[in-house]
Amino acid sequence: MLAELGLAALWLAAALAGLQLIAGALALVSFNKGVGDGGTLAGIVRPVAVVQGLLAACALIALMGLFAQTDLSVKLVVENSHSAKPMIYKLAGTWGNHEGSMLLWVTVMGLAGGFVALVERRLPEPTMLATLAGQAFVSLGFYGFLLIASNPFARMSPVPAEGQGLNPLLQDPGLAFHPPTLYLGYVGLSIAFSFAIGALVTREVGPAFARAMRPWVLGAWVFLTLGITAGSYWAYYDLGWGGWWFWDPVENASLMPWLAATALLHSCGVLAARNALRAWTIMLGVIAFSMSMIGTFLVRSGILTSVHAFAVDPRRGSFILMLLAINIGSALVLFALRAGTVTEGERFAVTSREGALVFNNVMLSSILGIVLIGTLYPLVTEAFGQKVSVGPPYFNPMASLFFVPMVLVLMVGPLLRWRRDKLIRVRSLLLPGLVIGLAAAGLALWLGVKGLPYIGLVLAPAIAVASLMPLKGRNLRRLPLPVAGMVIAHFGVAVALFGMACDSAFSTEKLIAAHVGEVVAVGPWHVTLAGVEPVAGANWTALEAQLRVRYQDGDVFAMTPQARSFWAPQQNTTVSALHTRWNGQLYTVLGEQADGGRWQLRLWWKPFVPMIWLGGALIGLGGALALLGRLLADLKRIVVRDKIAYRRMRQGR
Amino acid sequence: MTGPEANPAEPDLRVARWAMWLPLGLFLSFVLLVVGGLLRPADHDVPSRMIGQPLPQFALRAAVPDRPGLARADLATGKPHLLNIFASWCIPCAVESPQIDALAGQGAEIDGIAIRDHSDDLAAYLARNGNPYSRIGADDVSAVQLAIGSSGVPETFVIDGKGVIRYQHIGDIRAEEIPAILAKLREAS
Repeated sequence: MLAELGLAALWLAAALAGLQLIAGALALVSFNKGVGDGGTLAGIVRPVAVVQGLLAACALIALMGLFAQTDLSVKLVVENSHSAKPMIYKLAGTWGNHEGSMLLWVTVMGLAGGFVALVERRLPEPTMLATLAGQAFVSLGFYGFLLIASNPFARMSPVPAEGQGLNPLLQDPGLAFHPPTLYLGYVGLSIAFSFAIGALVTREVGPAFARAMRPWVLGAWVFLTLGITAGSYWAYYDLGWGGWWFWDPVENASLMPWLAATALLHSCGVLAARNALRAWTIMLGVIAFSMSMIGTFLVRSGILTSVHAFAVDPRRGSFILMLLAINIGSALVLFALRAGTVTEGERFAVTSREGALVFNNVMLSSILGIVLIGTLYPLVTEAFGQKVSVGPPYFNPMASLFFVPMVLVLMVGPLLRWRRDKLIRVRSLLLPGLVIGLAAAGLALWLGVKGLPYIGLVLAPAIAVASLMPLKGRNLRRLPLPVAGMVIAHFGVAVALFGMACDSAFSTEKLIAAHVGEVVAVGPWHVTLAGVEPVAGANWTALEAQLRVRYQDGDVFAMTPQARSFWAPQQNTTVSALHTRWNGQLYTVLGEQADGGRWQLRLWWKPFVPMIWLGGALIGLGGALALLGRLLADLKRIVVRDKIAYRRMRQGR
Repeated sequence: MTGPEANPAEPDLRVARWAMWLPLGLFLSFVLLVVGGLLRPADHDVPSRMIGQPLPQFALRAAVPDRPGLARADLATGKPHLLNIFASWCIPCAVESPQIDALAGQGAEIDGIAIRDHSDDLAAYLARNGNPYSRIGADDVSAVQLAIGSSGVPETFVIDGKGVIRYQHIGDIRAEEIPAILAKLREAS
């Protein structure tokens, strides 16, 4: 029953998306001809958008209900769930698979579109109609995909006795939240994309457009930042490899939209404040969403070998590719036709806030290009019959080539005035960062750090100090939230960079086969293997190593890394045990049993490594504060607008 | 465009009309590339020009403490060898490792060349994926890799007893390809 209800809601939502597209387009045509205000058709677009979002949400809730009950007559539940699974993973299983994740995608997109339709009144009505029609166009593709090629509510007969379970790698609290967070980011970018389309159709590219788009870009960017940070931490402790970033195609797929969104965020600021960079901002709006779709395509199609092999299904790849080609292809055609006629924005000098932000945009786009080329290169060579893998030896130096100049400008940019400025004016504010940087350079040299970690260790403290300089001479209590957000996010960049550099420069690793009772030293730690014992969980059994660890002369405490065997589906995973101190993390993994009753142990001491994710969280927090500031301002404006409308109504005008 | 006259201090951000089509062009080439990738049925062998050629002279230092380094002389011992080009940062290599183990289990003599690697990373990789290699040479600048006509990782060469390349396998060895590799190895002896 629930399955049928969900499917019906999905069909209705799809039909309404079709109506939203047609009504929006027709109303737009009548606007353009100058025959009235689009009439009834223009009037229904906004309510239809709201109802469409709500219906999609009903479908998602129905699917979550099916997973919660473990309804084994539904094929998707059988393939991805199991009655013995903890409830949180049953619910997470709803989007831990292809069909469910696509449904989550359209739901969030529909709700976001409905929200835009409900509150956004700044833009001229034709631009709004074009935006909502564009949004319906994108959604319609996803609805078609769901209903035709991958119905999440498909039944199964005969009903099996038990489900097949969820990939054990995915049964982790981090993963219950990692994909939805990334999806929220992708969908936010789809709204920015719709705004860009709307503005292109009506050629209304200006500060009002940028202000309407900015909260969505900011929100998307915050979610992407948190999603990538969480994903990186998940890979770090769940895969048991001790690394936090592998330049894996799927990691790159989430990094590319983030890079584009970061650039878009900064160019949006220029457009909103100064009415410059018009065509460029539109282009970035299209690119940012394209990167989300390309990312989804690369993950789902399995066209590249990756650690995310569990997400692969080649048959669906072609369908996503078709959607991608239609959506992005038509947007780019529109861009090519219209962008030349978008009038040029305000001009500015090289040394100015705008100049610094343009530099930031060029560098971010270059890094995006580097990552895209590196990700696709194996595909290019495969087309010529060779299989290769591109790894850190390419990505690290190439990305740094653009990252280093970018963060150098980051130290100066926020201090500059709009339009025209002189470096001489801000020299006293640059001095502290410079001094700290030089001190760090000396210290790192003395510690014997070389190469990229050296550059990171020099830059991180310099950026940390320089990022705080915009606060100088300001009343901190009256500090606008967006400025506070910027400072925190830039400071977060420094924190994360420091963590990365320390991890590369100072990590120590021990790889041994230890007897029970043996003491191993790794960095400042002494680790004793006290024993190995079997333990059992809800749907797994494991071997658990009893480690007694001690930091220098401190207290002894226990750590218990496990080698787990899941029985539905059959799979072995390692569960690392981590201990975090203020100055780093001890990372322990239990391996196979070696000959002579010994056990393989892998131990890492990673100084300051949690800073990487702390920095990521700070960057996200900065974005969230900026978003809050913008939303509060918008809210105030809406309240005032409603008050005026109410008074007018009372006075009978 | 009726803006103010170009000021040398102001960057000119106007772009030619044709450049507006550039993103579309790039996007279309991306679509063509992946359509090609999706439609391509399976791997087809590309014969290497290095087949039948003797190995060049080289001597690589040991990549990990517990295995000796690799020189040309180690491969021209009268017995055929498999030479596996790999790296700890290469994901297809990790996918391939069970097959390398299986080949070693069936009596193949396997030597490795680790490309642009660090000994710590490599030791961790070998601990994770098994170490069937008799010798592992460290090729930090891809010099030997390029000299023997390998353009990526992973690749596997069949070297006969005189140090002549008999066969080159590009990409990871899959389980069903093990008999073919063993056959090539027998042909070489």
